[in-house]
Amino acid sequence: MTDITLVEAVNLALMHEMARDPDMVVLGQDIGINGGVFRATVGLLEKYGEERVLDTPLAENMIVGAAVGMAAQGLHPVAEIQFMGFIYPTIDQMVSHASRLRNRTRGRITCPMVLRAPYGGGIHAPEHHSESTEAMFAHIPGLRVVIPSSPTRAYGLLLAAIRNPDPVVFLEPKRVYRLMKQAVEDNGEALPLDTCFVLRPGSDITLVSWGAMLHETLQAAEQLADEGIDAEVIDLATIKPIDMQTILESVGRTGRCVIVQEAARTCSVSAEIAARLAEEGLMSLFAPIRRVTGFDTVMPMFRLEGHYMPSTERILSAVRQTMEFA
Amino acid sequence: MNQAITFNIESHRFLGPDGQPEGNLPPLAEDRDALHALYRNMVLTRLYDERAIALQRTGQIGTFASSLGQEAIGAGVGHAMRPEDIIIPSFRENGALLFRHFRIRDLLLYWGGDERGMANPELGDDFPICVPISTHTTQAAGVAFAVKYRKQPRVVVCLLGDGGTSKGDFYEAINLAGMWHLPLVFVINNNQWAISVPRAIQTRSETLAQKAIAAGIPGLQIDGNDALAVRHFVAEAIETARNGGGPTVIEALSYRLCHHTTADDATRYRSDEELQAHWKLEPVARLKRFMMNADMWSESQEDELIRACKEEIEQEVRHYLDSEPPKPTSMFDSLYAELPGELRDQRRLVESGVAGKESNND
Ligand SMILES: Cc1ncc(C[n+]2csc(CCOP(=O)(O)OP(=O)(O)O)c2C)c(N)n1
Ligand SMILES: [Mg+2]
Repeated sequence: MTDITLVEAVNLALMHEMARDPDMVVLGQDIGINGGVFRATVGLLEKYGEERVLDTPLAENMIVGAAVGMAAQGLHPVAEIQFMGFIYPTIDQMVSHASRLRNRTRGRITCPMVLRAPYGGGIHAPEHHSESTEAMFAHIPGLRVVIPSSPTRAYGLLLAAIRNPDPVVFLEPKRVYRLMKQAVEDNGEALPLDTCFVLRPGSDITLVSWGAMLHETLQAAEQLADEGIDAEVIDLATIKPIDMQTILESVGRTGRCVIVQEAARTCSVSAEIAARLAEEGLMSLFAPIRRVTGFDTVMPMFRLEGHYMPSTERILSAVRQTMEFA
Repeated sequence: MNQAITFNIESHRFLGPDGQPEGNLPPLAEDRDALHALYRNMVLTRLYDERAIALQRTGQIGTFASSLGQEAIGAGVGHAMRPEDIIIPSFRENGALLFRHFRIRDLLLYWGGDERGMANPELGDDFPICVPISTHTTQAAGVAFAVKYRKQPRVVVCLLGDGGTSKGDFYEAINLAGMWHLPLVFVINNNQWAISVPRAIQTRSETLAQKAIAAGIPGLQIDGNDALAVRHFVAEAIETARNGGGPTVIEALSYRLCHHTTADDATRYRSDEELQAHWKLEPVARLKRFMMNADMWSESQEDELIRACKEEIEQEVRHYLDSEPPKPTSMFDSLYAELPGELRDQRRLVESGVAGKESNND
């Protein structure tokens, strides 16, 4: 068992499931001989051939439309969109069809597909390559949205997504694609969707985050420990449906909560978590819920990216403000 | 200068507007059973459309899209398909759906605002009605891929309108169908209108069939009011696809003799003269005249057919009107294979009746 990166863990899960499941196919742009622009699909073509590893024409709406059709026939397509900034043409298919085929036919036709895309900033790419618009999909009934934050969770959650009988949007934090390595055992074991993961137990404050921002969130937690503040860190992992039970239980113990996300603030996933805490956990709060988020601006090109992305300092400052309430 | 490529688009029909044969007829023209089946479907569809509009006018279903004047397309397509083939319809293919396992009671349920109308397990892999224009075309390519991947001898038939051919989805779908050489036939019901937008301002392309050329696949035009032509050329394209010959685009020329839907008033945008001129080309009378001239049909058979169709429709309408109302909680029950925990509270609220009471308060 060697240590691998998050993108290698994605690859490992795809490889594993292709071997196990003859109904699985992967499709997208440059995913064949090139192995995907981030190399997530490297080696699949050599191993599984052109019948199951499909380099498609350049049309995102078509890629996902075709995936919906394949899934309706009981195949398990995993469609890759190169960057989240190019995912918008697929919204029609995801919102109008993938999310509702089962409902529209009262279970006669289903849509067991995965839509994968790298998301988030931090790689100094051109405009449109740094989006974090997970909330758009999280708003849609019938979809699941999953975001891994580490190699082990990328492996286990992607397996779960592929095996799920309903459509899953699987967003990969590309900033941490190669940031860390972990030992990942290729044991084919899926992680549960629908639950979050407590990465660091703590008793003074609950920090909730997902994807790449967990990196800064965990760093903040380390620094807080030096200051005598014991922070619990929760990896949301499944953005939809949100496992509020774990968050409510944690906040019930800590009485304080800071939510950290890269996405813009308004109508975002953090807004949903804060609202649910207000509805169901208000009485256990000692302090207002705070959010550390991207700004409600267009995601800036990379010269200003550092000002946009929530930094460890911003997280620390929000936590300290929260701790001031007695 | 060298000519990089030239193309031509064939246009076919067997029966003129008066039901007179034009040129050589296919063997189908002597197949009494096939003609009777086609004709029965067209008459049933016309009477069903009429009945459904009456149900809408009396508040017993919601907005409804009739296929008046375009019955030959649905009939020809439905009859050309084998049971194991897969139909990917838009929303105006009533006749084609009736040739499949869609029952009138199912269609009325659907237009009556009830998802159960698309749920009949006998429908197999046939797709539900698709409302967002052309979005089903790329899905049809995916379904055709699956069929080919599994090496099944099945063909996918996708129906769309003239307006639908303006969408990127259609271009993307035929491009993929060509590229992957899929067992897929697109049939365009060119009924000349997309609500109030006439074919003339939909595209400067001389035919819709020629759009196929750019995707590297054959495209042809047929008289969509000639049931023989529809049945013959669609069957030919289906069998070509079944035998590994790849996809085809067929543009069937017809005319929408009805309003766009029951919510539309076509007199706002088209003249009565135009409408009346097109009534002279309509498909049901055309096939009937052909069969009468060929001694394959009589007025007494006609009377008996109409009686039988009306009886069937009334029976189906009764089934529809007598159907159990849908359970309010059913909006949750087919959303996911298993309802996520966070939705269980919402479902309980509906189950308790509280939600229903609230919305009744207006
Ligand atoms: C994407 C989309 N845009 C608009 C509509 C509203 N709409 C319903 S039918 C229709 C016209 C469709 O014309 P055509 O494709 O020619 O089919 P027809 O109705 O003539 O059968 C429009 C604009 C829709 N259903 N979907
Ligand atoms: Mg039209």
